[in-house]
Amino acid sequence: MTDTSLPLLDTIGSKAWDKRLKRRYAAERRFRFYGALAIAAAIGVLALLLVSIVSKGYTAFWQTEIALEITFDGEFIDPEGTGDPEVLALGDYQRLLRTAIRERFPEVTERRDRRKLSRLLSSGADTTLRDMVLADPGIIGSTQRIWVTASDDVDSFNKGKIDRNVPEADRRVSDQEIVWLDALQAEGAVRSSFNTIFFTRGDSREPEQAGIWGALVGSFLTLLVTLALSFPIGVLSAVYLEEFAPKNRWTDLIEVNINNLAAVPSVVFGLLGLAVFLGPVGRYVGLERSMPLVGGMVLALMTLPTIIIAARAAIKAVPPSIREAALGVGASKLQVMTHHVLPLAMPGILTGTIIGMAQALGETAPLLMIGMVAFIVDIPGWIDDSATVLPVQIFIWADSPERAFVERTSAAIMVLLGFLILMNALAVLLRKRFERRW
Amino acid sequence: METLIFLSAFCLLCAFGFYLGRARALVTAGGRASELHSRPHYYGSYVAIWCGLPALLVAGAWLVLEPLLAGWVLTANLPASAATLSEGQLSLLITDIKNLATGNVTSRAADPELIAAAESYARFRDIGRIAMFGVMVAVAVGGLGYARQRVLPRLRARNSVERVAMVTMQVASTIAILTTVGIVGSLLFEALRFFAKVPFTEFLFGLDWSPQTALRADQVGASGAFGAIPLFAGTMMITVIAMLVAVPIGLFSAIYMSEYAGPRVRATVKPVLEVLAGVPTVVYGFFAALTVAPFFRNFGESLGLTVSSESALAAGMVMGIMIIPFVSSLSDDVMNAVPQTLRDGAYALGATKAETIKQVIVPAALPGIVGGVLLAVSRAIGETMIVVMAAGLAANLTANPLEAVTTVTVQIVTLLVGDQEYDSAKTLAAFALGLMLFTVTLVLNVAALHVVRKYREKYD
Repeated sequence: MTDTSLPLLDTIGSKAWDKRLKRRYAAERRFRFYGALAIAAAIGVLALLLVSIVSKGYTAFWQTEIALEITFDGEFIDPEGTGDPEVLALGDYQRLLRTAIRERFPEVTERRDRRKLSRLLSSGADTTLRDMVLADPGIIGSTQRIWVTASDDVDSFNKGKIDRNVPEADRRVSDQEIVWLDALQAEGAVRSSFNTIFFTRGDSREPEQAGIWGALVGSFLTLLVTLALSFPIGVLSAVYLEEFAPKNRWTDLIEVNINNLAAVPSVVFGLLGLAVFLGPVGRYVGLERSMPLVGGMVLALMTLPTIIIAARAAIKAVPPSIREAALGVGASKLQVMTHHVLPLAMPGILTGTIIGMAQALGETAPLLMIGMVAFIVDIPGWIDDSATVLPVQIFIWADSPERAFVERTSAAIMVLLGFLILMNALAVLLRKRFERRW
Repeated sequence: METLIFLSAFCLLCAFGFYLGRARALVTAGGRASELHSRPHYYGSYVAIWCGLPALLVAGAWLVLEPLLAGWVLTANLPASAATLSEGQLSLLITDIKNLATGNVTSRAADPELIAAAESYARFRDIGRIAMFGVMVAVAVGGLGYARQRVLPRLRARNSVERVAMVTMQVASTIAILTTVGIVGSLLFEALRFFAKVPFTEFLFGLDWSPQTALRADQVGASGAFGAIPLFAGTMMITVIAMLVAVPIGLFSAIYMSEYAGPRVRATVKPVLEVLAGVPTVVYGFFAALTVAPFFRNFGESLGLTVSSESALAAGMVMGIMIIPFVSSLSDDVMNAVPQTLRDGAYALGATKAETIKQVIVPAALPGIVGGVLLAVSRAIGETMIVVMAAGLAANLTANPLEAVTTVTVQIVTLLVGDQEYDSAKTLAAFALGLMLFTVTLVLNVAALHVVRKYREKYD
């Protein structure tokens, strides 16, 4: 039927007929193959994306450590022996590390080499010692074997990301350092342990000292604000628009508005946040850049259409007979709503809310504009502290020139995806378990 | 944190009001709930609302007035030396005092005068806050007492409570409108200020984009050029590349899923494709910048081509992958909506499945498909993180997809990230670009809806 100018002589069973049928069947198979190919391509790319991130990032969950015989010399920690925590906190712990590693390699005497030797350790390794001393000042004066964090280059080398066979000029670990590391390795003084720093610290310029806990807390606080604003407002507007609003121009306008808002690019919400929440009015009531409060408000405006649309669909799905039965026994319209319709629609509303929250958790662009890209080391305590969020942290690290941040970025992405999977699984579960078909 | 504690205490007070109101109603009715006009808990809610609402209004008013009062107190208590300062120095001084009071970093060493001013400022704010808490509690208790005394069996508590609920719902549903008004208002306002500095025609038709304004007036290129054509061209190019990836893959996936796949395959493939839409865009950006772009560069090098490490091709292709589910799920829906009778008719005439799809189903579903594609285009134009991370920064008017181009969204982000003075042309340019972006996506969305509605074939 593709070609109307075919000669009428082609009768069933003739050669030309046979040929054409074959051609048409071949086209059919080809077409079907294209479809399968398209799906395979889409799924293949998704798999490639996940594999590339996991293969880059799984090593970040381990951190190389080096064992050193450290003498907690009171002279450098607390010369006057006051035992005052404030004095202890200011002790020269770097010096302890330096002394310890030089004693381990007494043959290194050159000043330059000694400095290199110290660089095997993370520049933030002294905090480990400080925390130990603060926890138990009694260890001052003793000598202990302690595992301290290695520098990011040593870490990369130990994880096999730096190949010792490439020429020395092309790698970040010198031959000399490899000799030292091999010596340490031979006596079992190098190990890989679970990277607790990554899960308990805030951001840092040093890859081996950088963690996602600050960003996770920031994300949590931001989502808290988003949820606290968008859920009640979303449900109330959905109830009003679906059940109570008169059909007039005003409500039509609101409806068109909500549908359009759902399609506004997220950067535009960032511009709104910048101009309104951080504009004259916002600054007047004390809103500032980088606050989870501001980020949460911007994300709440973005999530609102999602929640309203989902909630309206869920409310609409409750059959009218239920409303009529309740009205029939004398319930007021609001009672019908709160006692019958809302409880029945709640699984659907919650599903929509969780999906909206998952979107908000992954959102980056609007938060860049309201200053959540700042370099923040401290863990935020409440919604008015400076904070960053997980996707923005990923963005900051992805921009960083340090090679060792690549694995941490990938690991942070894995954590983010983990949370998203968890939230979506929860939404699916809710839908499967509680949603009723009437 | 103490605000949180106070708020929880406040909620407890309201809960107490609820309990009190309900108990009071039952007492006045002699324990017979049927004597009451409303169910007892409505009396509880009535009292709780009287307890909470006025106090919250007071808190809102305080939030508005307090910074004003604190500002007055601060200026009244300034050190004597401040009288001679210029306006700019004065505002810097005030900022310093505020920072000192909240324990932040200041721009100068704190002298005793400054510390004294900061302390009195901090004291005023503390007193103010305690006063607010006190007034709130007083108003709440007063409201509670008033409402409790009004609780009588004939009080129409349900009607009052429902009226409050209705007003609350109406207010909530106007937030959506307010958001749109806020977006349009802020974009227009800032964009107009931009167009006062840079002519509209120059922005729209200029070929040169270099928004760096110089620090000194005599520097080279001090003016900054704001011709947005290179940005529009870059956005177009990346969008076209994205659509070249997303439309064929999305459309063919949809065809396969709606016409060929059995229910089991459908049930697994559809959610998997939707995962593509759920992956955060920052993850796609990372993937584009660290995996796809280097791959294209190396591949291009092996063919003897120079491919920029921030090529439009890499950003566009990854964006296309992100958009696949938008095209596929919408097309899938509209093709499923084509009635079975049309398929049966085509089969009865001897058409194969592919012929039916090509000549019957796709034409019947075309308006929906076009609508879906338009929505996908609008999504591609507004997409930010992928291009911020994988496309270039320099405005480059080129038609070569292997070179780096920049887009509208990239420029919005780069112009606004970091600390800038608030009303330089550079900052305002971002709002003008935002206005363009908002307008174009809005028109595309409206057009998509229009196409779907107007050309939809009605079969029933």
